[in-house]
Amino acid sequence: MTGIAIETHELVKQFGDKRAVDGIDLVVPEGGVYGFLGPNGAGKTTTIQILATLMRPDGGTASVFGHDVVREADEVRSMVSLTGQYSSVDEDLTGRENLQLLGRVLGYSRADARTRCDDLLEAFGLTDAATKQVKRYSGGMRRRLDIAASIVVTPRLLFLDEPTTGLDPRSRKQVWDIVRALTARGTTVLLTTQYLDEADQLAERIAVIDTGRIIAEGTSSALKSSVGSGALHVHLIDPGDRPRAIDILTRAFGDEVFPGSDPADVTGRVDDRSKVPAALATLAADGVELAGFSYGQPTLDEVFLALTGHTAEETLEAGDSTQNDPEGAVA
Amino acid sequence: MTTTEAPVAAEKLDAVLATGPRPPRASAVTTSLAFGWRALLRIRHVPEQLFDVTLFPVISVLLFTYLFGGAIAGSTSEYLQFVLPGILVQTVVMITMYTGIALNTDIEKGVFDRIRTLPIWRPSALVGALLGDAVRYTLASVFVVTLGLVLGYRPDGGLVGVVAGVAVLMAFSFAFSWIWTWVGLLARSAQSVMGISMMVLFPLAFLSPVFVDPSTMPDWLQTFVEINPISHAVYAVRGLMSGDSVGDEIMWTFIASAIIMAIFAPLTMRAYSRRR
Repeated sequence: MTGIAIETHELVKQFGDKRAVDGIDLVVPEGGVYGFLGPNGAGKTTTIQILATLMRPDGGTASVFGHDVVREADEVRSMVSLTGQYSSVDEDLTGRENLQLLGRVLGYSRADARTRCDDLLEAFGLTDAATKQVKRYSGGMRRRLDIAASIVVTPRLLFLDEPTTGLDPRSRKQVWDIVRALTARGTTVLLTTQYLDEADQLAERIAVIDTGRIIAEGTSSALKSSVGSGALHVHLIDPGDRPRAIDILTRAFGDEVFPGSDPADVTGRVDDRSKVPAALATLAADGVELAGFSYGQPTLDEVFLALTGHTAEETLEAGDSTQNDPEGAVA
Repeated sequence: MTTTEAPVAAEKLDAVLATGPRPPRASAVTTSLAFGWRALLRIRHVPEQLFDVTLFPVISVLLFTYLFGGAIAGSTSEYLQFVLPGILVQTVVMITMYTGIALNTDIEKGVFDRIRTLPIWRPSALVGALLGDAVRYTLASVFVVTLGLVLGYRPDGGLVGVVAGVAVLMAFSFAFSWIWTWVGLLARSAQSVMGISMMVLFPLAFLSPVFVDPSTMPDWLQTFVEINPISHAVYAVRGLMSGDSVGDEIMWTFIASAIIMAIFAPLTMRAYSRRR
C-alpha cells in the first residue's frame, strides 16, 4: 500500500525570460530514495524549492502527500524538511545551539529539546564538537549537522539538495549511510545529485533533468541500459594521436565515441564489455600509446550525451546566468 | 584535536529516527522568543557587532557637544542638556538598520530557507530578531545616558523620565525596524541594505530637532522637520527626560509608529513569503 509522496503536473517556474522549470510532471512514490539527476542549472534546486514551499510555481500544480504546496503550504511544511545545497544552519552558533533552537520552535519543551539535541549529536558523531561554532566545522561535519537539523522532528519527506557535493569520499559515504538509515525508518527522500553513481547507489528511481525538463525517468538499471553498460576512457600520451584513437575505438564499439574535454582524452560507450580488451590491443598494435585507461559506469556526461546529444557542461553554460541567481527577478 | 571526525553511530541514528509522535505545534510566543534567544546568542558569539552600538554615540556626543556646543547654545554644558536626548534617539534609530543587514546576511547563508520551511507562525523569525534587537537598543540607550551623565548631563525628569523616554524610544524603534526587514528581504546584498538605509536615515536623522531648534530653519525645512516622524520621537523623548509635559508628542510618536508598522509589516510579510 504505497502512497504517493510527490505529484506534480506541468510545473513551471520562470525567471525573467528563462524557464528554469519547464513543465515537469513527476510522480514520486512514498518510501525509499528518489533521485533527481542533472547538471548545475538544470532546474533541480528550483523544483525542490517549489516542493518545499519556498517558491511559488508560475504554472502547473504540485502536491506533497496530497496537499497542494501553495494552498496548503503549512500542512506541507509540517511533513517535509529541507537540507539545502548551502549550509542551512547558523554558522555563528554552536552545533548544540542550532539544534536546540530548532527543537524549541518545533514544539519540544526546553528539557526535551536538550535531550533530543544530545541524542542527535551523538548519533551523528558530533558530540565532541557540540560546543564549537559551526564555522569551525569541517565540510563533512557541517553536512551532518545540516541533516541532523532536518530530522529534529523526523519528517515524512526529506529533500536533500546535492548532499555530497564538495565532500571527501569518507564523508560522502557517511551521508549515504544516513540516507539509508532514514529510508529504513520510512522517510521518503528526494535527493538531487550531479553524480550518476550516487543516484545509482541510493535511489530506486531516477529522473534525469535537463534545462527544466525531465528527459528520462525510471529505475537506475533501466536508465543505464539506455546509455550502455559502461564506458571506456583512454588518456593518450600524445594528444596528436587522438584522431587515430577515435578511429580505432569507433571501429571497435560503433558510433558512440567522442573526444573528452582534455585534448588527450577519448571516451567510448561500450555495450559489450568483452570488446574492451581487443580494442585496447588494437590501440597498442597501431602504436597509440596510453598514459592510462579506465572502464566503468557511464558518467553523467555520457548519460547526457546519450539522452540529449549534448554534454552536461554545455547545459551549464546555457543555463548558468539565470539558474545560479534565482533572485534575479528581484530589484 | 580530538573533536574532528567521529563516525556516525548506526544504532544511535536508528534510535533518533524512531522517536515517538511529533511534539505539539509551538505557540507564536514560544517561537518568537526562541528566535529572540538566537539573536542574543549571536551577540554573545560575535560581540564585535556591538561596536556600532557603542562607537557611534560616543563620537556623536563628543563631536556635537564640544565642537558645536559653544557656538549653538553658548556653552557646552547647556548644549549637552539639549542634545543628549536627541543623540539617544538618533543612535537607536540609526542602529535599527542592522536588523535589515542581519536578515539579508541570513538569506545569503541559507539559514533562511530552513526557517521558512518550518511549520511555525510565519512572522516569528522576524519578530524574534526584532526582540533581540530590542536588547541592543537597550544597551545603546544605557550607554548613551551613562556617557551623558559622566559628561554632566542632568535629566530633570529623573529616573522615571529617563526610563519612560527610553520606553517610548523602544516602541518607536521596534516599529521603525520593519522598514529595514522589508529592505533586507528585497535587497541583493548586505552592502546595498546598508546603502539604502543610510540614504533614508541620514536626512531623516539630521533634518530633525536633534541638534538645533527648528525655528532657526527656513520655512520649507521646518515643514519637513514637522512631518518627519523622528522629530516627534525626539520631542517626546527629550520632553520626558527633561520632565516637561509632552503628551501630544508621545501620541504623535505612537501614531507614527502605528502607521509605519501598518505599512511595512504587511510589506515585509509579503516579501517574506514571496522571496524567490
